Amino acid sequence: MIDDWVGHYHSRRESVVSRLPAGLKLGVALGMIVGTVLAPPGAIGWYVSMAVVLGLTVALSRVPVLFLLKRLAWLSPFVLGVALVNALQPAARGGWETVAVKSTICLLTVIVVSNTTPFSGVLHVLREARVPGLLITTIALMHRYLFVLVEEAERMRRARASRTFRRGRGARWQTLSTVVGQLFVRASERAERIYDAMCARGWK
Amino acid sequence: MKRRPSTERLAQSVVMHIPDGFIDGKTAIATAILSAAGVGLALRQVRRQLPPRRVPLLGLAAAFLFAAQMINFPVAGGTSGHLLGGVLAAALLGPSAAIVVLTTVLIVQCFLFADGGVLALGANIFNMAIVGGGGGYVIYHTVCRWLPGTRGQVAAVAFAGWCSTVLAAVSCAAELAWSGTVRWGAAFTAMTSVHMVIGVGEGVISALVLLAIQRVRPDLGSEAGEEVGRGGTRPYRGWGEVVGFGLLAALGLALFVAPVACPWPDGLESVAARLGFKHKAVAPAVAAPAADYRVPGVRGAAGATAVAGAAGTVVVFGLALLLARALVREGHVKRDA
Repeated sequence: MIDDWVGHYHSRRESVVSRLPAGLKLGVALGMIVGTVLAPPGAIGWYVSMAVVLGLTVALSRVPVLFLLKRLAWLSPFVLGVALVNALQPAARGGWETVAVKSTICLLTVIVVSNTTPFSGVLHVLREARVPGLLITTIALMHRYLFVLVEEAERMRRARASRTFRRGRGARWQTLSTVVGQLFVRASERAERIYDAMCARGWK
Repeated sequence: MKRRPSTERLAQSVVMHIPDGFIDGKTAIATAILSAAGVGLALRQVRRQLPPRRVPLLGLAAAFLFAAQMINFPVAGGTSGHLLGGVLAAALLGPSAAIVVLTTVLIVQCFLFADGGVLALGANIFNMAIVGGGGGYVIYHTVCRWLPGTRGQVAAVAFAGWCSTVLAAVSCAAELAWSGTVRWGAAFTAMTSVHMVIGVGEGVISALVLLAIQRVRPDLGSEAGEEVGRGGTRPYRGWGEVVGFGLLAALGLALFVAPVACPWPDGLESVAARLGFKHKAVAPAVAAPAADYRVPGVRGAAGATAVAGAAGTVVVFGLALLLARALVREGHVKRDA
């Protein structure tokens, strides 16, 4: 249900790609992204080879193609927006096709990697890369409680919807902001409980 | 569970999260350096100030921001907006913790949901965490100084919410222009005008949420070091970090805006002016270009937008005061310690 809800987070399938070490995958992905971003506009060969590599990886990793396309469509508004701004310019630069190709390649790379790598692997790589511990703790806790809080927000939204009549926009803004505020209060109370639990298990 | 139509996501994606490929190498490196400096400073401050008890709150606050962005507020004609949350986080947690939290949100959005590019992460962190959170907090803090009490705080969060949204958009437009992806004039005009509208929603939602939290748990906001309620005139302990984040945001904005907006060599002067401006946090970088620009064509549009931005800032400040007056009735929100 969570997968369905977030809509762009696919449940992992075992495959050749998902069994590779996380550091290797992240490193290769970073290399591909850096190379693509820095590649000159005319480097067709690079773009084609990147597309081939991505295609092979998708085939091996068994990530559904439809899912990938949906995710791409979800994230394309920025590309369209910039294209629109450029189209409105009298002297269009005409370079946005390259930008669109580049951003599509990079997006696909990130989507494929994030759907074949467990998040704990990513955290491990970050720890190896000497990212400050406080930041890693925060990232780990956010990832752990992300879906919990999103579900809590949805429960509160449903409870609110079943209790209030629609009395116009102003009143709805009031109730919705109360929901958001309540969500923060609950999050911070949960944080206190988590701290106690962490201490009880010998944290620090 | 109801699936959100993609249009609701659109506002957020279009606006802020820059994907890979839109930013070239030099911009990526410059923004990464500035972001690393800002996040490093924030982490140091958090480690120094935050009691261990509050460490899990950072992660939960990040998850909260993510969840809160899913709650849609109806706007006219079937469209809807949602909280971005930079200034709200800063008002609730303090600037350093807010920058850490916002950075976390951006990192997770980037790696897990591919929202925002990997190489553009530095730019996104700079726009939304350093400028949106840290810079927004400078404005919030300054207004809070001028207008004491709950009413002042509500006005401050509404005004700072608007300013931070617009400033982040200006910064984003400048980075895109500096990378040569779009022309400065077009990007500036489009981004700023759209965000001057989005920012109004952000300001109102931030104010409403802050009030809602204060009604339930008045103690939660006090962690940020702001005096909540009357009587609590303890001085804010972190003036240094406020100035630090303000300077960093101003420096970055000047660095990105100056080369694209000022083709002539005396850009340094306008940098200085902007630094002075931003520092006082009144009508910041938006107003600065208007002074010198009378060049026809696209730049005229940018200049007009800048003038409109300056006028809009004054209008929004008035609106924020009115909002606070309407929301906080005299003697109504009297807070017992």
